[in-house]
Amino acid sequence: MVYYQDVVLRLKQYWAKHGCIIQEPFDLEVGAGTMCPETFLRVLGPQPYNVAYVQPSRRPADGRYGENPNRLYKHQQLQVILKPLPENVLDLYMGSLEAIGIDLDKHDIKLEEDNWESPTLGAWGIGWQVTLDGLEITQFTYFQQCGGVDLELIPAEITYGLERLTAFIQGVESVYDIQWAPGFTYRDVRFNDELQMSVYNFESADVALLWDLFAKHEAECQRLLNEFKENPSPRFPLLAAYENTLKCSNVFNLLDARGAISVTERVGVIARVRRLAVGVAQAWMQQQYPGEVAA
Amino acid sequence: MAKAKFLLEVGVEEVPDWMLPPAIEHLRVQVDQLIAPLGGRVTLAEATARRLAIIAEKISEREEDRTEVVKGPPVAAPQQAVEGFARKQGLTLDQLSQKDGYWQASRLIEGRQATEILSEKLPQLILGIPWPKTMLWPGQGGTRFIRPIRWLIALLGKDVVPFEINGVKTSDFTMGHRRIGKRKPLKVSIASYEKTLSKNGVVLRAEERRKKIHDEVAALGGQIDEALLETHVYLNEFPHVIGGEFATEYLSLPEEVLVTVMRHHQKYFAVYGPDGMLAAQFVAVTNTPGDPDVIRAGNERVLRARFNDARFFFDVDQKKKLEDRVEDLKNVTFHKEIGSYFEKTQRMVALCDDESSRRAALLSKADLTTDMVKEFTELQGVVGGRYAEVQGESEEVAKAIYDHYKPVSMEDEIPSTATGQKVALADKIDTLTEMFRIGQIPSGSKDPFALRRAAQGVIRILVEGEASIPVPDDPKLKEFLLDRIRYYFKDVKGYAYDEVNAVLTSGVDDLKEVAAKLKAVQAVRKTENFEPLAASFKRIKNILKQANFTGTGEVNPALLEEGPERQLFEAKKSIRLTGDYSVDLVSIASLRPAVDAFFDKVMVNVEDAAVRENRLTLLSSLLRDFSGIADFSEIVTNQ
Repeated sequence: MVYYQDVVLRLKQYWAKHGCIIQEPFDLEVGAGTMCPETFLRVLGPQPYNVAYVQPSRRPADGRYGENPNRLYKHQQLQVILKPLPENVLDLYMGSLEAIGIDLDKHDIKLEEDNWESPTLGAWGIGWQVTLDGLEITQFTYFQQCGGVDLELIPAEITYGLERLTAFIQGVESVYDIQWAPGFTYRDVRFNDELQMSVYNFESADVALLWDLFAKHEAECQRLLNEFKENPSPRFPLLAAYENTLKCSNVFNLLDARGAISVTERVGVIARVRRLAVGVAQAWMQQQYPGEVAA
Repeated sequence: MAKAKFLLEVGVEEVPDWMLPPAIEHLRVQVDQLIAPLGGRVTLAEATARRLAIIAEKISEREEDRTEVVKGPPVAAPQQAVEGFARKQGLTLDQLSQKDGYWQASRLIEGRQATEILSEKLPQLILGIPWPKTMLWPGQGGTRFIRPIRWLIALLGKDVVPFEINGVKTSDFTMGHRRIGKRKPLKVSIASYEKTLSKNGVVLRAEERRKKIHDEVAALGGQIDEALLETHVYLNEFPHVIGGEFATEYLSLPEEVLVTVMRHHQKYFAVYGPDGMLAAQFVAVTNTPGDPDVIRAGNERVLRARFNDARFFFDVDQKKKLEDRVEDLKNVTFHKEIGSYFEKTQRMVALCDDESSRRAALLSKADLTTDMVKEFTELQGVVGGRYAEVQGESEEVAKAIYDHYKPVSMEDEIPSTATGQKVALADKIDTLTEMFRIGQIPSGSKDPFALRRAAQGVIRILVEGEASIPVPDDPKLKEFLLDRIRYYFKDVKGYAYDEVNAVLTSGVDDLKEVAAKLKAVQAVRKTENFEPLAASFKRIKNILKQANFTGTGEVNPALLEEGPERQLFEAKKSIRLTGDYSVDLVSIASLRPAVDAFFDKVMVNVEDAAVRENRLTLLSSLLRDFSGIADFSEIVTNQ
């Protein structure tokens, strides 16, 4: 039996062996591993960087009270950034699947066009969704732009959906039946999280409070960005500005799940978050690579 | 001179299937043009997900030498000018020659080596392939291509044509399938290329892949969907086909949902039984023989999960009827300057004039709030129609909701029922009216709200259907619609532009009538009297115009001259219009000899004012009485 935790451990080992720093999950709520500074900020600029980490990713609107066998409010991604993309990047990726016990000669693996875009991050890239016997197991993206900034070195981003991948390996129909560790299923470990947070996200979250939080985090981020313009020093806390951007993004997702954002408002709120993300990315370039950016 | 074969292979990371056919065609044409001066021509141009391959033959080792001639000053020009010309050409005076009274400089240009030409031109030519979307690779200062290039073969005979793109150098090594055969670079010659690939899991020729997939899918009962077939032809280098099953209980879900999941989300071919009903089976195309049982089980599991999702959406959606969702449409924006879908459906209801169409219009957009449509947006309308059925709406209403987005293209059918047509008209006419009201008028290639398509739908329903809703009196919208009407009859239906002009000038209020008139004009036009009569009508129009004649009175028979004038009057009187356009047009055309004789023998501009007036009245009554079907003067004739 390849347990869920084996998949995680083997992938980390594999990518460590191939030159990645193994990071721990980022400690704020994010919707995807891409949003962590280890991806969002590291892909900017000319510095090569290889990193892998598991990132629990919150998508409040995808919650199903633990009732749907395939949809989760919080799923686990294993995120790999290889910057710049190595020549054998696809072979490396296939090797990682073999490392977790998938015999690729028996299965049908396909790379199907799937371009990725995040309007809230001002980021996009082109790439594929990787399917294994018809199941999407990985999003593979060559980033082109992040925070509205054209990238200097094109990174490969490999995002494994750990639940799907493990369900595939274990041959189970429901993510809740995944064996996490000997004697423990995914249900044992995570069910309450899915149930209670679905209740909170859909039924209980205080909408007025959330709007208030959104405005406050937005204002705090904006304050920092404004001050940075006056004082663009290397010690200026742009990382804190970015954390406030992430807070806004998460609050936005909660409001969305709560049904508190009309379709008309939606576009506007997304634009507000993007403005912050773009502001941080540009400031970060200016702070970290001052020679390269016209201020 | 020795003739050589040539092989070019561009090895790329997996290229999106739909981009490959135009890309390889572009490359074929470009290479053909490049080697034409060398006498070569392309004999094979094939693409798979990971490669673009060109084989050419009969390429000369080098270009022919040629003489370049530059014309100089006239022979009579001063010495100074001639010397200047020679100097500019880098020649001495005695190297110049004379032709037709001018000095000229001729120089022998040596043909370049084929290798030299190819290695100079191929990199730009490859990078010049116009991809719909490209990536920067490997970073700033690099190039743009669809995906990273991983290997390049360029062989002229036995020799590698040297060039490189972003550090990838040409060689005589290819790669086979990702998982089949030897998974290392494979040395090839032009002669062994295709065979080496085939031994290593790559079917190079699209036609061969297409036939294999087509035949195997059909053998398993899969319904051939041409677009899906093409997707698989370019998605799989080594296609295999696997049949699978799903539990029959899912067949209780709307068939369109099942087929959409299979076809669009999983790229499976759907299977229908001999009774034409959807079967609980599917056919998948794989890129490997693999372990068929393992692959089948995996695909079946994925499909089960997808169907479970769909069932979950279906069940949740049924908790709130369409009727109760209408109110929720207040929160769904149609357009920020126009308002919500709730308001749109209210306007649609007002445009409809009977119980069923009003009910269908009211419920038509309610499915936008369902989980099913949020998941499968392409099924809007279809889901609403199916739900209406389940929720006890009449068949007529359900069918109208189901159909009301139709026709979505020129090839698509219009709604099959009069009620459906009415709701579809109400929807499209409302969209057009509102968009024009806020100034969203399509121009050039800009048509973000697909208003041309909406207008085309309106026209097709009005011509081909049974329902009708008047178009509001907005001059810009009328002009836009008239333009689309012209397009429909001319470009879609293939009528000649002058026939369309002739009929449209006679009125556009009833498009069914327009269609019938056009059909008659087209049929009668070929008969001998028609075009000459049209020419005469044009002459009449000119005469009336020159005379500034606007009279509408009756002809006074007493003033008619015996002979051609009276004969024309009698001939005209004898024509009884029946309302059958073809018959009437033939009758009208039979006036030709009388009209000809009139113009032959009768002078219109006579001095006697009463006679002149009467003649003009006779002519104008011809135009007035016989232009109801078409304005003949619009017909272009050779006379």
